[in-house]
Amino acid sequence: MTGAEPTPPLLAAHALVRSHLSGSTLIPAVRGISLRIDRGEFVAVTGPSGAGKSTLLHLLGGLLRPDEGELRLDGRRVDRLREAAWARLRRRHYGIVFQSGNLLSDFSVADNIELTALLAGMSGRTARERRQELLEDLALAHKATAGPGELSGGERQRVALARALVNRPQLLLADEPTGNLDSRSTRDVLALLSRYHQQGTTIVLVTHDARAASTADRVVSLFDGRIADDARVEEPPDAWSSANGVRDVIDFGG
Amino acid sequence: MRHQLLALLARQPAYGYELKQGLEQTFGAAYPQPNIGQIYVTLSRLEKSGLIRGTEVTQEGRPDKKVYEITEKGTEELAGWFEAPTEGPRVRDEFFMKLILAEGTDLADQLTLINNQRRHCLNTMRGLNKLAATERGNRTSLLLIEGAVLHLQADLDWLERCQEELT
Repeated sequence: MTGAEPTPPLLAAHALVRSHLSGSTLIPAVRGISLRIDRGEFVAVTGPSGAGKSTLLHLLGGLLRPDEGELRLDGRRVDRLREAAWARLRRRHYGIVFQSGNLLSDFSVADNIELTALLAGMSGRTARERRQELLEDLALAHKATAGPGELSGGERQRVALARALVNRPQLLLADEPTGNLDSRSTRDVLALLSRYHQQGTTIVLVTHDARAASTADRVVSLFDGRIADDARVEEPPDAWSSANGVRDVIDFGG
Repeated sequence: MRHQLLALLARQPAYGYELKQGLEQTFGAAYPQPNIGQIYVTLSRLEKSGLIRGTEVTQEGRPDKKVYEITEKGTEELAGWFEAPTEGPRVRDEFFMKLILAEGTDLADQLTLINNQRRHCLNTMRGLNKLAATERGNRTSLLLIEGAVLHLQADLDWLERCQEELT
């Protein structure tokens, strides 16, 4: 991890450690994680609650600083940057979406997206264009004037995703984006993630949902603050069908 | 029951009744226990297939008894069983066997078993996602797939529990 590689990975974490203070005791959340994420990868991070998934995601996005270890973005060391520098990096390179969605409740769907674009430094005109693109892309055009309170959980999460995508991020960090969605909305959000991945966005998705995890090409399983497994998810062969697929899991009693 | 007995014999040679005790001690009351007759029938089949070898031991005043040991062929068979991900709806039964019996055999470790099984579940899930995409619009089919997805999710959650408790 010298940073002298010809093409450094988009993100390279080396031996990250981070504890949280609970009362007067330090609880280790991430206990030495090294992870390399290349451009164009779609990586899911799974594990039981308390395994360190969210902490890791916050470290990768600069929302938390590591106690120990190194983080490099595009080969450049970023773990010691100040908040202002991190904020600039995030505006330029990152999209971040959380389970709670984080929408501005007094603004319409369209304004929620446009404001984010303006905050990302776009001109008024570009921000309006980008807003329109995303509304259509995420099938939200008919809700443009609605307030967040009038949206379903799935729609709210799509608006949150639109806000995260406003700056065409290289890297999208998503923390349980399907966390409290019903099955159909989950499918919609996952389909959107897949589409952006196919268009070249690098995605790191923290999830407890196996369906979400299996949408990614690579699954990193955390356990007790460490990586227990790091595996590629294989594309099923074309001959794979309901015959072996469902029967593999459900007993028809036959 | 073939693999359970092979796994116990991979730890050390044993008599038939010792294997019955071994199973009882390993799995406890929660798992249905085979009777001694089933064990002897399985042992004689394993011996015929060359997976174990029985040696008569003479006992004074009592009928001879056989001590069994695993053969090289049996060890290979057992290693293959540990290595293969567990398929089908009874996954929790058979995988649990592997997980519990791996200890002491030197043929598989529990974390590797859990990781392999998790990978297998995720790959199956990926297949189900793909299937759901092609069946879009067929409600019946989608419901069935959703059932399978929920089963798999339960298996994966349970694998996490195994990992928490055993590794």
